[in-house]
Amino acid sequence: MDDLSLDIPAGSYVVLLGASGSGKTTLLSILGGFTPPTSGAVWLGDQDITLMPPARRPTATVFQDYALFPHMTVAGNVGFGLSVRGTAKAEIAAKVDAALAMVGLQGFGPRRITEASGGQRQRIALARALVTEPAMLLLDEPLGALDLNLRRQMQDELRALQRREGRTFVHVTHDQEEAMAVADMIVIMNAGRIEDHGPPERVYAKPRTRFAAGFMGESNILDASFGPDWADTALGRIPAVPQGGGAVAIRPESVLLSDAPGSVPLGMLTVTERVFQGAFARVAGRIGATELRLRCTPHDAPEAGATVPVHLAAGGAVGLAD
Amino acid sequence: MRRWLLPMAVLLPMLVFIYLPVAVLVLFSLHDGRVPVPPFEGPTLEWYGRVLANPKVVQATLASVGVAVVSAAISVALATLAGWGLARHRVPGRRWIEAAILMPLTVSYLVVGLGLMVAWSGVIPKSLPLVVIGHVVLNLPLAFAILYVQFDRDQARLEMAARDLGATEAQVFWRVTIPSLRVALIAAFALCFTFSWDEFIVAFLLSGFDPTLPVVIWSLLRTGLDPQTNAAGTLVFLVSIVGVVLVELLTHRKRARGPIV
Repeated sequence: MDDLSLDIPAGSYVVLLGASGSGKTTLLSILGGFTPPTSGAVWLGDQDITLMPPARRPTATVFQDYALFPHMTVAGNVGFGLSVRGTAKAEIAAKVDAALAMVGLQGFGPRRITEASGGQRQRIALARALVTEPAMLLLDEPLGALDLNLRRQMQDELRALQRREGRTFVHVTHDQEEAMAVADMIVIMNAGRIEDHGPPERVYAKPRTRFAAGFMGESNILDASFGPDWADTALGRIPAVPQGGGAVAIRPESVLLSDAPGSVPLGMLTVTERVFQGAFARVAGRIGATELRLRCTPHDAPEAGATVPVHLAAGGAVGLAD
Repeated sequence: MRRWLLPMAVLLPMLVFIYLPVAVLVLFSLHDGRVPVPPFEGPTLEWYGRVLANPKVVQATLASVGVAVVSAAISVALATLAGWGLARHRVPGRRWIEAAILMPLTVSYLVVGLGLMVAWSGVIPKSLPLVVIGHVVLNLPLAFAILYVQFDRDQARLEMAARDLGATEAQVFWRVTIPSLRVALIAAFALCFTFSWDEFIVAFLLSGFDPTLPVVIWSLLRTGLDPQTNAAGTLVFLVSIVGVVLVELLTHRKRARGPIV
């Protein structure tokens, strides 16, 4: 973890995105109070919670492996946080029922944890954390153990739940599609530092750094030197803003096979590979020695070996910091 | 079919070798004659009647049960605390402490018994409490070995989750740690109980005027072979079997319901 500062807006859905070892889980663990920071402070609103133990911290965590209590029923798990605070039994029962209903598990209370499926365990863990009404909900790779379809569905549900409850969610993942699907703000982490953070649309369309551009989906990254509003690259002078340290990023969907208003010709692309992906096709090729990837409709995709003119869409090149 | 022949040829004689003596013991406890030697005659339950009418045997049975329950409870309690302490905290010299706790497993019962006899002579008279201490010395390493491995990362995460939900350290221990270790605690207790139940050497050296059941059976043997001793031995064996079956039922039922995650 390296000299890091992050402002999490209350009531927002924040995703910490990074590869393993990027420090995202450590940051979550610092927020949850499980790992004390060696220096620096954690503030929640106007309260310094740096040294507050997890038990008294107004945060709740959904663990990667859920960490559900195997010796308790579903209701016992969900009600645990209230029960240890000495909440009255009738109130616990009512809140547990409400929390289970919130995650779509009405009537599951008396069941045993071992009878629950992966997706159900995920929801139980979510209900168990939310029932304590935390100011901040921390989710550590919460969907990592689920299969793709269930993961998509749970992403939508998490997003809807966060909107409905209006609580701050901090969600750790290495999956950039998952991050874009749920986040109000994406924080891209690498080697213990924050590479970029902002709304998903901005982070995807205009990544700040070389790492962020490479990590958030596919990107063509070209070495460049910058003028006032252009960049000189191996493919010639192209309009690029903002100015960067030494490279520009071009998203594959910004490389066009035909002229469009405001586009700039990049040259003749010799296609080396074409991959059909269903709704779109990925095409890889070369202009001179420069490799370039693009995305187009399968109908338009040129075959391998063909040579076609390509254009850069208006505003398609973004200068990157190193 | 043929590939089973060789394993069976090894397995069956081995099982016969192990279980034949027990079978003979049990069979001749039902023998209708004064000396338990072939040919078998009977069956009769006379010897069981005599054994159960023998006040020495009844007294010793109660002593054995008491020693086994108390020493197993103390062993499991200490082993749980040691395991929890060593697994959950940074303890300087942890490896050495682990080794020191496990070491008595390698020391012979005779040495442990003699050592306790010498060390406590003049302090605690030979008595059942001293046998309890001896059995804790023998069984604590065993209970520790069973329980220590249970304090693994999954278990640590359960405790972490409990703390995160607002539980105090005491609530974490009593409401999460202990209940989620239930199966291992039962297994450790049952094993300590059975080991104490039929332990002879330490009990013989330390029990003084309150002999435990194995010591009484041994003294019965000194007066010569008698189907009474077979009957007493069979009863000891039955208690052990019932214990093992009970533990198997209790722990297996949990396992059958699915993996304990």
